[in-house]
Amino acid sequence: MILTVASGKGGTGKTTVTVNLAAIAADKGIQVFDCDVEEPNSHIFLKPENITSREIGTMVPVVDKDRCSLCGECEKICQFSAIALIAGRIMTFPDMCHSCQGCVMVCPEDAIISGSRVLGTLKTGTTPGGVDLTWGELRIGEAMSPPLIKQVKKRIDPLKLSIVDAPPGTSCPAIETLRDSDLALLVSEPTPFGLNDLALTVEVLKKLNVPMGIVINRADTEDTQTGLLDEYAHREGIDIMQRFPFSREAAMICSRGEMLVDKMPEMKALFQELYGKIALKLDTIKNREDRP
Amino acid sequence: MKVAISSNGKTLDSELDPRFGRANYFLIVDTDTMEIKEVKENIQNINLPQGAGIQAGKTVADCGVEAVITGNCGPKAFNVLQAAGIKVVTGVQGSIRQAVEKFKQDALQFSNGPNVQGHWA
Repeated sequence: MILTVASGKGGTGKTTVTVNLAAIAADKGIQVFDCDVEEPNSHIFLKPENITSREIGTMVPVVDKDRCSLCGECEKICQFSAIALIAGRIMTFPDMCHSCQGCVMVCPEDAIISGSRVLGTLKTGTTPGGVDLTWGELRIGEAMSPPLIKQVKKRIDPLKLSIVDAPPGTSCPAIETLRDSDLALLVSEPTPFGLNDLALTVEVLKKLNVPMGIVINRADTEDTQTGLLDEYAHREGIDIMQRFPFSREAAMICSRGEMLVDKMPEMKALFQELYGKIALKLDTIKNREDRP
Repeated sequence: MKVAISSNGKTLDSELDPRFGRANYFLIVDTDTMEIKEVKENIQNINLPQGAGIQAGKTVADCGVEAVITGNCGPKAFNVLQAAGIKVVTGVQGSIRQAVEKFKQDALQFSNGPNVQGHWA
């Protein structure tokens, strides 16, 4: 089963929720996947050991100029201007390429071969508590993260419980991460900005057919407006699965790269309660899927 | 000499469009006669999520111009133009007529590279 921790807005507490849930469920053979490959940080909290690292590339076209007849078929099929016939020669723009291989397939001269462009690295490790962590690190200057996210997700063992830390937003990287999830946990903050971005993510998840629950972080701040999120969740029929109070102490613990469940018993209790609710929900979803 | 100028409109009195890839039009002008040889629509490029510079570069290269006069030119468009042997003048403002006049008086300098960064929509 795959639980993906997402949010529209950045900085709402996705990683905090991911790593602390993982610590609670460590004895269940849990796996964590940090798909926020532009700035992965689950490893800072989980402190994995025996780290492995390998380079991940993506296909880009390489043109054999001797075989090329300048017919322009490759340019016609490319939707991203990654290959173009310009002034009597074929030019390629590797950072525009989405690796569909269309140009390779349509070339009547077999003049295009599949090359590779480095996207980043894929890393794995295991925490002292027994949690397997896999994460991606996008190469600095690289803009195309979905192929690397795919590689991170490829390591998901469907027989185990996986917690996936998603990137913020609702564009390609977030969608690539969220698709195929059994349940999405939306970490939100009770502000108009938080609500706006939460609603965007809910619309995406409806299209992806992923069931969801909401976690409200910093739920009791002065200008709380928690009513905003409650009213929205009620209207949309989405469960609010937990409310974490604002705590300066929690913020300090997180900024030191430490775990809330280790340092604050009251937070640990809230995470345990949340994990219990998630397990129940996942059971219900699993039973529904298993039914013939 | 045949040059391409990024333009908001279709006449010599139109305003030069500061964007190369997402200009409204390219006016292909003969600098010797001040005659508009061709008006190339570029509207199809304006809403492209990416690749506007490449496509615009292709459009003007196909017109057989020797130089491009524009406001801003990014790295990919510049590469395309360079590959096609087209010289680029950036940072130009005013009407198309003024731009061509300045170009004829050698008051404009060719660029050695792009003057703006590429962008992701």
